[in-house]
Amino acid sequence: MSVEIFLLTLLFSLPLGLLVAFGRMSKKKILSAVVKFYIAIMRGTPLMLQLIVVYFAPYYIFGLNLSGFRVPAIIIAFSVNYAAYFAEIYRGGIEAIPKGQYEAAQVLGYNKAQTFFRIIFPQVIKIITPSVTNETITLVKDTSLAFVLAQAEMFTIAKQIAAKEASVGPLMVAGVFYFVFNYVVAFVMERIEKKLDYY
Amino acid sequence: MENRTILEIKNMRKSFDGIEVLKCISLTVHEGEVISIIGPSGSGKSTILRCATMLETMDGGSLMYEGNTAASDESGSIVYADKKTLKKIQGYFGLVFQSFNLFPHYSVLKNITEPVVLSGKAGKEEAKERALTLLERLGLKDKANAYPASLSGGQNQRVSIARALAMQPEILFFDEPTSALDPELTGEVLKVIKALAAEHMTMVIVTHEMKFAREVSDRIIFMENGVIHSQGTPEELFNSDDERLKAFIGKLEA
Repeated sequence: MSVEIFLLTLLFSLPLGLLVAFGRMSKKKILSAVVKFYIAIMRGTPLMLQLIVVYFAPYYIFGLNLSGFRVPAIIIAFSVNYAAYFAEIYRGGIEAIPKGQYEAAQVLGYNKAQTFFRIIFPQVIKIITPSVTNETITLVKDTSLAFVLAQAEMFTIAKQIAAKEASVGPLMVAGVFYFVFNYVVAFVMERIEKKLDYY
Repeated sequence: MENRTILEIKNMRKSFDGIEVLKCISLTVHEGEVISIIGPSGSGKSTILRCATMLETMDGGSLMYEGNTAASDESGSIVYADKKTLKKIQGYFGLVFQSFNLFPHYSVLKNITEPVVLSGKAGKEEAKERALTLLERLGLKDKANAYPASLSGGQNQRVSIARALAMQPEILFFDEPTSALDPELTGEVLKVIKALAAEHMTMVIVTHEMKFAREVSDRIIFMENGVIHSQGTPEELFNSDDERLKAFIGKLEA
């Protein structure tokens, strides 16, 4: 289950974060202010609280019973939260690209989309990979928070077994699980970084 | 005999934060002409190029390439042509930047070919051939697969000249092409520009290299405080009695 939360969150939050970054950098003041507020909420409140809100708010506000949609609720809460963090990472990367890159592209006849996807974004990816690795590793550990919605997540199961058997062994196993998971994540990201290091 | 007019700027004005950087600049460039723009820092030299290449929007005046109006004054406010016309006009000129602005994630070859292919000026194969011919001419044939970060400043600037030439512009602008280079590397870049001048490439060069400007230019423009202080052939300017001009040239030649 942890793996599913992890993969789906990455799948949704990475592109969503880019959109959020565009909103944050928009010249339209209202849009940028709204997005800034959203980022402030996402970063300023505990993810655990956000999980509870996303899962229970529809019931308390609209009387909707979403108990069958536990997994989507978790994925939405995680994605919306991580998109905020990724957005700021993207923004940092995009702002690090010298103005001259845009100017050269413009003079050479690149349109806006070509400039962004061919010239700017590939350079941004290289700049932000270490920060994305950090965030990804945090995500692996954050999946343990899904227990607030009683999702059958690794750490929750370990806790139950530990309580039943009155031993810390299962918790140790859970710890090892997260460690190994993150070891793999770090390894993969390092390979990606090396691959991007061609210039 | 008057050659075809490539670029015509009339009464160009530009302000940054209320400070007038260009005051009524008019400049006509004919085919095959090499024009150098000299003058102290902040005199507006680079701003002319940035307005002419539409990196900056001008505040007043008009801008025309080969009879196509890019921007014109209409009852006091500047109006730019529609997107399609501007795209066409974009193809008339090239710009070589002071800081090269090569794309670091592309090989030298891709830096040169991609703009050509994307703009539809040539297919992949032809663009590659064109690029390799240019690189050979500029003495960079063995660098086709290198990345900009592994090249010297002079090599990078030559690549960026090749990149601009591959687009086959009618006119090529240079914005202080050697100012970011070590003194020992300026020579190789100036040599390339001189060779282009010998082939009658139409060029406008903003430069601080007085000796070079004198050798290469058909006409030199001396800018100061946002206006064209004086202009003429290199002989006229370098033998001028004007005190200000003499002081400026003397300072740089010393």
